[in-house]
Amino acid sequence: MKQGDEQQGGDRFPPTRRSVIEAVRSIDAEERERALEALCAAYWKPVYKYVRLRWNRPADDAQDLTQGFFAELLERELLDKFDATKSRLRTYLRLCVDSFVMNQDKAGCRVKRGGNVLHVALDFSTAEGELSGAVMDPASIPSPESLEEFFEKEWVRSLFSLAVEDLQKLCEERERNRTFRIFEAYDLEGNEKISYDQLAAEYGIPVTDVTNALAWARREFRKLALDRLRELCGSEEEFQREARAAFGWDAK
Amino acid sequence: MKFLSDNALERLRDGAELPDLSGTRYRLLERVARGGMGVVYAAEDEKLQRRVALKVLDVPGTESDLANRLLREACVLARLEHPGIVPVHDVGTLADGRVFYTMKFVEGQRLDQHIQSVNSVPDRLRLFLRICDAVGFAHARGVLHRDLKPANIMVGPFGEVLVMDWGLAKLLRAETSNAACGTDSDATVLEQPRQSGHSNDSKEVSVVTGHGTVMGTPGYMSPEQARGDVEHLDARSDIYSLGSLFQFMLTGQPEKASASAPRFPDKSLEAICAKATATIPAERYPSVQELALDVSRYLDGLAVGAHPETFLEKTARFYRRYRFFILLIAAYLAMRVLILVFMRR
Repeated sequence: MKQGDEQQGGDRFPPTRRSVIEAVRSIDAEERERALEALCAAYWKPVYKYVRLRWNRPADDAQDLTQGFFAELLERELLDKFDATKSRLRTYLRLCVDSFVMNQDKAGCRVKRGGNVLHVALDFSTAEGELSGAVMDPASIPSPESLEEFFEKEWVRSLFSLAVEDLQKLCEERERNRTFRIFEAYDLEGNEKISYDQLAAEYGIPVTDVTNALAWARREFRKLALDRLRELCGSEEEFQREARAAFGWDAK
Repeated sequence: MKFLSDNALERLRDGAELPDLSGTRYRLLERVARGGMGVVYAAEDEKLQRRVALKVLDVPGTESDLANRLLREACVLARLEHPGIVPVHDVGTLADGRVFYTMKFVEGQRLDQHIQSVNSVPDRLRLFLRICDAVGFAHARGVLHRDLKPANIMVGPFGEVLVMDWGLAKLLRAETSNAACGTDSDATVLEQPRQSGHSNDSKEVSVVTGHGTVMGTPGYMSPEQARGDVEHLDARSDIYSLGSLFQFMLTGQPEKASASAPRFPDKSLEAICAKATATIPAERYPSVQELALDVSRYLDGLAVGAHPETFLEKTARFYRRYRFFILLIAAYLAMRVLILVFMRR
């Protein structure tokens, strides 16, 4: 092991950020707020789409419920009750959403918006556009039985989207914009017909450069996605489980 | 935030699965197989210009249970230098934080595929003896395999047999363990065959019992292993698995995996299997060598210890063993009788 560590540089994996689960329980208000923002950034879209489909709510109501849910998460300190040894965070959150919507129905009141609690910009029009079928395959809109799977898939989509954003920022910082564009063209745009040769011709570089650019971008994407994920997990065991679920390693 | 299509998600997943071999002496060639712990790739060792198998975990981190299991597997393999056990070359952590080890790249077929091309019973038994040889060696070094099944046995192009996948191995003696190999956990992993019941379709599943987490593959796992009685596992647990393997090689069915009774080519072979797979460990063969000895005795036409013969069976076996001489003497006597009859006329 020693030899391998020295040889392969095991320390190069980035140091992990503090888990949001721990941070959200912090006595420091600023740290709590940052944690909620991280949580909200990863989960607001899955929650919004889930409320729209599972609870069949119009867009306006779903927006209010989504913001209200995250506000309540913080105000009622719901994450304090989360136990990583008993369930996954996303399962816990989904059940909290169900409970929240049902309670709102019982109370018969209009939910309060996140107001000054949430500082993350929630672009509901984009989320609505994705649901409308313009970018999402209508066949993938779930049946009521598969809403749990749908929520999981949207969570993966949200996590990967954040990691792609992180990667884009990293590429800009390191002046590797072309690398990101190649990655975007080959891996993100879903064009099955595009080839390394075409990309090499388009950018006027050798094919090996395209190969290297994609290898680097995929490696960094993986690191960033896992880093985001680790932040959202309450324990190492949960992180291992969630990573396998997010990357589909259990299903392969 | 950019919307990622389902197709893009799949591409990202596929791309993220590839290990980061930068800074190593290895170059990725192709994906070979996926297991419960991670993925096995064919890679080229660029220094030694040879093909190796690279086993790497999916998730980064050296402190997880899976990382400890992979490291322990590499340590176990390193101490088992035997022609029937795949040798490990290197172990370490990749730049992406994933633990890996490299081993000999084994070309050949898995036992469940290879056995279909071996028609003669003696050839199948000789193959089984080579498996016993490797497992017996490991036991002598204080290592239990705990997951012997057809999918974990490879047969090379020259008939060489390699026992693979020592990820569930248990170190029997304290002196064989060391810090680098980690401590031997009481937890094991249960591999359950999918609906077909074939071992090559098995999927890894954990089951927690009163004793701990259970491991192995139903159909090949001993009853004590299935109960999670990890503390009391000894060589006889692997002997049970070898018995199931023996049954699979001769009948195509693992022990107790199907409702119909398996049909053995011979009662002695059935008795050997029954003794190896006895429910009570004390009723099994005390060692792999004893099991192999009984199989060898059968191959040599001798009585096997597991089966007390009747007079008729003994006579039949005697006939089978000395058939040539018996027929020769019978032919000689028949000739003499014919000559006597002819001369009297």
